[in-house]
Amino acid sequence: MDSLLILVPAALLLGLIALAAFLWALRNGQYDDPDGAAGRILFDDE
Amino acid sequence: MTNAVLLARPAPRAAPRKACAHCGEALRGTADAEFCCAGCASAHAIIGAAGLGAFYRRLEDRHAQRPVPLETEFAPYVRTTGAGEAELDLLVDGLDCAACVWLLESLLARNPAITRARAHLSTRRLSLRWQGPATDANAHVGLVAALGFRPAPYDAVKVAGDDDREARELLRCLAVAGFAAANVMLLSVAIWSGHDGSMGDATRTLFHFLSAAIALPAIAYAGRPFFRSAVTALSAGRTNMDVPISIGVTLACIVSLHEAWVGQHHAYFDSAVTLLFFLLIGRYLDRRARGRARQAVRALLALSSRSATVIEEGGATVQRRVDQLNVGDILLVAAGERLGADGVVVDGHSAMDAALVSGESVPQSVEPGAKVFAGMVNLGAAVRVQVTAAGKNTLLAEIVRLVEAAERGRSRFVAIADRVARAYAPVVHLTALLTFLGWMVLGGLPWDRALLVATAVLIITCPCALALAVPVVQVVAGTRLLRSGVLLLSPTALERMARIDHVVLDKTGTLTLGRPELVAAVADVEALAEAAAIAANSRHPLAQALARAVPDAAPAEGVIEHPGLGLQRADTRLGSARFCGVASAADDDRSELWFARPDRPPLRFAFADRPRPDARAAIAALKERGLTVELLSGDRPGAVAHAAHEAGIERWQAELSPAAKVGRLGALAAEGRRVLMVGDGLNDAPALAAASASISPATAAEATQNTADAVFQGDALKPVVEIIDVARRADRLVRQNLGLALLYNLSAVPLAILGAVTPLVAAVAMSSSSLLVIGNALRLGTRPQAKEVR
Repeated sequence: MDSLLILVPAALLLGLIALAAFLWALRNGQYDDPDGAAGRILFDDE
Repeated sequence: MTNAVLLARPAPRAAPRKACAHCGEALRGTADAEFCCAGCASAHAIIGAAGLGAFYRRLEDRHAQRPVPLETEFAPYVRTTGAGEAELDLLVDGLDCAACVWLLESLLARNPAITRARAHLSTRRLSLRWQGPATDANAHVGLVAALGFRPAPYDAVKVAGDDDREARELLRCLAVAGFAAANVMLLSVAIWSGHDGSMGDATRTLFHFLSAAIALPAIAYAGRPFFRSAVTALSAGRTNMDVPISIGVTLACIVSLHEAWVGQHHAYFDSAVTLLFFLLIGRYLDRRARGRARQAVRALLALSSRSATVIEEGGATVQRRVDQLNVGDILLVAAGERLGADGVVVDGHSAMDAALVSGESVPQSVEPGAKVFAGMVNLGAAVRVQVTAAGKNTLLAEIVRLVEAAERGRSRFVAIADRVARAYAPVVHLTALLTFLGWMVLGGLPWDRALLVATAVLIITCPCALALAVPVVQVVAGTRLLRSGVLLLSPTALERMARIDHVVLDKTGTLTLGRPELVAAVADVEALAEAAAIAANSRHPLAQALARAVPDAAPAEGVIEHPGLGLQRADTRLGSARFCGVASAADDDRSELWFARPDRPPLRFAFADRPRPDARAAIAALKERGLTVELLSGDRPGAVAHAAHEAGIERWQAELSPAAKVGRLGALAAEGRRVLMVGDGLNDAPALAAASASISPATAAEATQNTADAVFQGDALKPVVEIIDVARRADRLVRQNLGLALLYNLSAVPLAILGAVTPLVAAVAMSSSSLLVIGNALRLGTRPQAKEVR
C-alpha cells in the first residue's frame, strides 16, 4: 500500500498541471477565435 | 515574389465567360478587360503592390467582394489610449475565410504606424491600434474598404466584454469540475472494487478523505453559478431548478464528510462533483446559444450605424454620428444614402424609397417642403433636409417603442423547461424530506443513516438529464439551421415556432424580393440591348435592374450621368419622363425609365417588384403542413391582390398601418390562433413583436431583425418552411427528452427511497440518463435534408 502514497499524489499532480495549462490558455485568449486560428496556421509562410 | 505570380488569375472556372480578377463577377466589357469596375482594379492593384497576390489563390472557390466607397466617419468611434495610440474595433462584413484574415492582417501590418491588427474570424471583428491621432481612422479603415470588405464601427465592446467574462467563468468552472470529477471517480472506482473486502478500512477512509480534499474545493468553486442563482431566487421568494441542485450538492458533501469521519462505507463526493460537471455542460451550451444570438444582433446593429453629412453655417460639411444630430441641422443626403433622422426637404428634387417605413413599393417623389422620415433611402439626386426630429423622437424610435410594448406581452411566455422545473423542485424537496422522516420515525434508523438515504434521493432526482434535455436539442437545431442560412436569435424561438398554426406574411421584401425588376414585354430587343448598355454605367437601382435584364450587355462608352435625372450618351437619353421630354408619365403604380433616341418615339421600361422565385412552392408547403396563410401589407390594394394571387394566397389585406397590423394580429390571437409573422419593413417590426413567433429576411431593416426570432438569408422563401420543420422536430425531441428524464427519475426514486442507491448506482444512473438524452438530441441531425439554397 506504500506505493499509493506516491502514485496518488503523482496522478493528482499531473491532473493539476493539465488543469493549470487549460486555465492559462483560456485566460490568454487562446479560445477566442478557434476558426481563425485553424486557418492562420496554414498561411504563415511569408 | 515575382510579378508573374502577382498577376496570377484565379484558377479557371467552368464558366466560359471571363470573370473579374478581383470579385469574380462575369465581365461584360471588351475582350482584354480584367476587372468589372475601377474599384476592383484598384483593390487588385493594392493587393498586388503589397506582394499579397497569393490571396486570390488562397480564396480557393470563394471570391472577394466588389469594393464600395466608405460612407461612415470612423473618428468618433476611436478610443485614444495613452502614449499617442488610438484604438478602434471594427465589425468587418465579408471577413469570412482564413485567407481574408491573412490578407487583412498582413496588409495592415505593412503600415509602420499600425501597431496591432488582429482579425477574429468567429466574430468577424478587427481590432486596430495605431500611433497617431484619431483622425487617421478613415485612412486605415478606408484601406480595408478598398479591398472589398465592408467595415462598420463595433461599438458594443463593453457589452461584449461582460458576455465574454460570463462565458469564460462558466468554462473555468467546467474545467475545474471536469478535473475533480475525473480524479474523484478514479478514487471511487478503487473504493467500489474494494467493497468485496479486499480493501482495508483504513485505506478506504484515506480514499474518502482524499476525495473530499479534491471535491470540496472544486464544488465550492464550480458550484458558484448555481449557488448564486439559487440564493437570488430564494431571496426573491421564488424557487428554481438551482435550489434543489444547491441543496442536494451541499447536503451530499456534508453527509459524505460525516460518513468519512465515522469510517462508513458510502460517500457521495463523486456523485456531487459529476452532477455539477454535467449541469455545467448544459449551462455552458445554453449560454453559448444565447451569446451567439446576442452577437448576431450586435453585428447587425453595428453594420447599420452610419454617419450623416451635416452642412454647417459656413457651408462646410462635417460627418456626424446619427445619434448626435440636433433638430435644425441641415443634412446633405446623397443618392443611395439612408436618412438618419426625420425632417423636411429644403432643397432639391428626388425620389425616396419608403419601403422600410411604410411598406410601399413605389418610390415617392419629394420636393422642397416634403416630409421625410428616418429609414427612407434617397434614390435620386442629392437633397438637403432640415432635421425636425432626431434620436428618440423620430418615427423610427416611435416604432421601436411600439415594439417594446408588444414584446412585454411576449415575455410572459415560459419555456417548457422552466415550467417543468417549477413543478419539479417542490416535489423533490418533499420526497427527500418524507424519506428522511419516514426512515427515522417509522424505520427507526439513527438520524445520520436516514439523512444518507434522503441525500441519495436528492442526488438521484437532481435534474441532470433534465438540465441537458433542452440545451442539447437547441444547439443541434441551431447548428442545423445555421447551415441553411438561418440564424436563430431567441432561445425560446423554436419552442414557439413549433406551435404556430397561422402564418402572416408581409408583401414587399418578404413575399417579394424587395427590389425592382424589369417587367417583361419589351418588344424592341435591339433598343433594350442599347438601353441596357447605357444603364450598365450607373448604380441607380432602376438602371441596374435594366442592366440585369440583359445579362451580356457591355457598358457603353461616353455615357454622362445627370444625378436625379438620367443618363445621356450623345443624343440618346435614358431616365425620367421629364429628362426624356415625355409629357405625361403613365400611371400604373410602376417605377419607370424612359428611353429617348433621336427621331424615334420614346420607349418606356416599367419595373416592378417580383415575388421570390420559390414563393408559390413555399406557400404551398406551408399549407401542406396544415398552416393557414395570410398576406398583410401597407401597399396599395392592386399590388397586394396581384402578389397574393401569384403566390397562391387567398386571404389578404392592403393599406394597413403598423398599428393596424398589430390590431389584426391581436384579433387573431383573440381567436386562439398562434401566429407566425414573417416581415421585413420597419412597419412590420411591431407586428413581429406582437406575433407569437416571427421571422425576417436578412435584407430587413435593422430594428426589424432585432425584433424577429430568426433571420434567414438568400432569395428563397424556403428557409421559413425549414425553420418550421426543424422547430417541430426539435419540439418532439425536447418532449421525448423530458419524458426520458422523468421516466428515469420515476424508476430510480423508489430505489433511492428504499435506500438501495449506493454511490455506484447513482453514478451509473446519472451518466447513462445524460448520455441517453444527448444521443436522442443528436437524432435531429446537423444536415438539412434538401440541398441548401443560398
